[in-house]
Amino acid sequence: MGTTTLSTTTVVPEAAAQDTGRRRRRTAAAVRLLGLLLACALLALAVVASVAVGAKAIPSGEVLHALLHGRTSVDGSVVWDLRLPRTLLGVAVGAALGLAGVLMQALTRNPLADPGILGVNMGASAAVVVAIALWRSTDPSFCVWFAFAGAGLAAVVVQVLGSRGRSGPAPVRLALAGTAVSAVLGALISVVTLLRPDVFDQFRFWGVGSLAGQPMSVVTEVAPFLGAGALLALGLSGALNSLALGDDTARALGTRVRRTRALGMLAVTLLCGAATAAVGPIAFVGLAVPHLARALTGPDHRWLLPYSMVFGAVLLLGSDLLGRVLARPGEIQAGIVTAFAGAPVFIALVRRRRIAEL
Amino acid sequence: MTTAPASPPRSPRVPARATVLPGRVVRLYGGRMSLRWRPRTVAVCVLLAAACLVVGALGLTTGTYRLPLSRVLATLLGRGTGAESFIVLSLRLPRLLCALLAGGALGMSGTVFQSMSRNPLGSPDIIGFTSGAASGAVTQIVLFHGGPYATAVAAVGGGLATALLVGLLAAGRGPAVGHRVVLVGIGVSAMLTSLTAYLLTRASLYEAQDAQIWLIGSLNSVNWSVVAPLAAALAVLVPVTVAASRNLAWLELGEDTARGLGVPVGRARILPAVAATALAAASTAAVGPIAFVALAAPHLCRRLVRSPGALVVPAGFMGALLLAASDYTAQRVLPGTELPVGAVTGVLGGLYLCRLLLARRRAGRS
Repeated sequence: MGTTTLSTTTVVPEAAAQDTGRRRRRTAAAVRLLGLLLACALLALAVVASVAVGAKAIPSGEVLHALLHGRTSVDGSVVWDLRLPRTLLGVAVGAALGLAGVLMQALTRNPLADPGILGVNMGASAAVVVAIALWRSTDPSFCVWFAFAGAGLAAVVVQVLGSRGRSGPAPVRLALAGTAVSAVLGALISVVTLLRPDVFDQFRFWGVGSLAGQPMSVVTEVAPFLGAGALLALGLSGALNSLALGDDTARALGTRVRRTRALGMLAVTLLCGAATAAVGPIAFVGLAVPHLARALTGPDHRWLLPYSMVFGAVLLLGSDLLGRVLARPGEIQAGIVTAFAGAPVFIALVRRRRIAEL
Repeated sequence: MTTAPASPPRSPRVPARATVLPGRVVRLYGGRMSLRWRPRTVAVCVLLAAACLVVGALGLTTGTYRLPLSRVLATLLGRGTGAESFIVLSLRLPRLLCALLAGGALGMSGTVFQSMSRNPLGSPDIIGFTSGAASGAVTQIVLFHGGPYATAVAAVGGGLATALLVGLLAAGRGPAVGHRVVLVGIGVSAMLTSLTAYLLTRASLYEAQDAQIWLIGSLNSVNWSVVAPLAAALAVLVPVTVAASRNLAWLELGEDTARGLGVPVGRARILPAVAATALAAASTAAVGPIAFVALAAPHLCRRLVRSPGALVVPAGFMGALLLAASDYTAQRVLPGTELPVGAVTGVLGGLYLCRLLLARRRAGRS
């Protein structure tokens, strides 16, 4: 895909060919690093905008003052208690979903793999609904454990159902398994919410996926899980590269396939579970971001993972911002904006590429 | 002349698809009309119809007010008391008929879509029809406060518009149209699903609950004014679908092969697609988007019939049986509450699909 070059069949002396190859690789790496830095700059811009722009118009000098001097005024507490946690949450959750998307697509060798499609989000949602129904608490520090359990359980069940005997999972079977598990869980959610209108009332707001209204404590509570998941994911990049060549080749290259899959799924569970517990199910970031990143970096996971991380954060934060600006003085939740921003990108990708490549 | 070549003896390992179109062919009017049928397919249809009758009898006789079968039959023949007539003719019968008709429509629609997209996931849900219908209906309920009719109209409009959009977006050259439809459908569905979720947050709790029940799919408030238009629509659509899906079995062999065999590929695709979408629309308008019947009915009946091709008629019977049995369960599983039937089909269908995947996993083939 994209930048890999295969034009070494020309009659160049071998040493010179190697030399050009090395130089070309070095240039490509420099370009990718530059791209990553640009993406980071974009993210920084989004962060600044997210802190500065909101339903309440606060002059930028005032925002700066508030950031430096704390909650000395009303504006100060708006910035510190509302906008800052929201921004941090957007960055962390967006990055997590981007990473989780790449991981799932690599582990399942399935271009459609997405925490949403493979039932992981639904697992987390169902567990949270059950938790709300049984204990009447929407406290994220309480719900996060249920979300983990649900996400992990759903991920494992889908993997088991989707894998074809010993030969590993096949894309269509996995999607089918994800649909099946999602349907069961969705029905479970609807039964619980029908029997308990109070749960439904909470769930319909949570179920949209929104960054708004979460205190700073949520950020600090999910951060360790997201951090651990991200480190685990980034550490797997080499193994994912060889896994992309097929299980047998990967094994021949010395990659421990089962261990890589298990660790990868653990990372996905950590990332998706914590993200969903914090802000609700967010569609399409995990699906669209890896495709976008792959178009720029090619298939190398050492680049794909960091790119997706940054892109995911930019996409989610940007969506949140857009939702705030578009619907002033109200707002559209980030989960809705990501779906409307991500789906067209995804459809464009589907239309442009041959399916075999996807 | 009247029999196709006998199919070779099948070892259990050879999939049924090894033979292309087995069965007996009946030719009428000097071969201008022909009908291909297999004894097994006919037997399955009869069996499923009988099962529908059993479920129907159970549904009509039991409930909060028990009636012996003889009284139900007498009531159906117009010789019941006032109370019996009310219970059977105004409450239970329309509900049962609606379940059978809507389920049948879903089963037929699902089998056509799966056959056309050559994808086991291909169902009205996947091409975005269901999510479009849901968005349309919820828009009507939440923003315009429409009644049941307006909701049904909005649902059908939304569903058709979405199906058309997905069709247009997925259209194009290349052999992978079927796959592209699935992918584009997933994309569009995700968008519409989040739109629906957003609308639910804008509604009052009462309206949102109303919309939620509609979204799951329910037969709880069905009466004759729902059944009559559904029956009228199916009276037209079922023959059209059966006739239009004759060539689908050839399409399953691949477009080029089908063209080589003289099948008009373009027409063979568009007509069944339109008919199947209309079937899904009729069923959705009547009872809401019910999960999984359209997906599971073709799978189930393919296992029973063991024949390739789009099994439109048996899948229709299977869908009817599934929905009627699910509704019977939904009314009785939690005493004191009437679950919407969609919740039951979701759980049962999902579990069935899980089981199917597990069984195939043990068998070790995809």
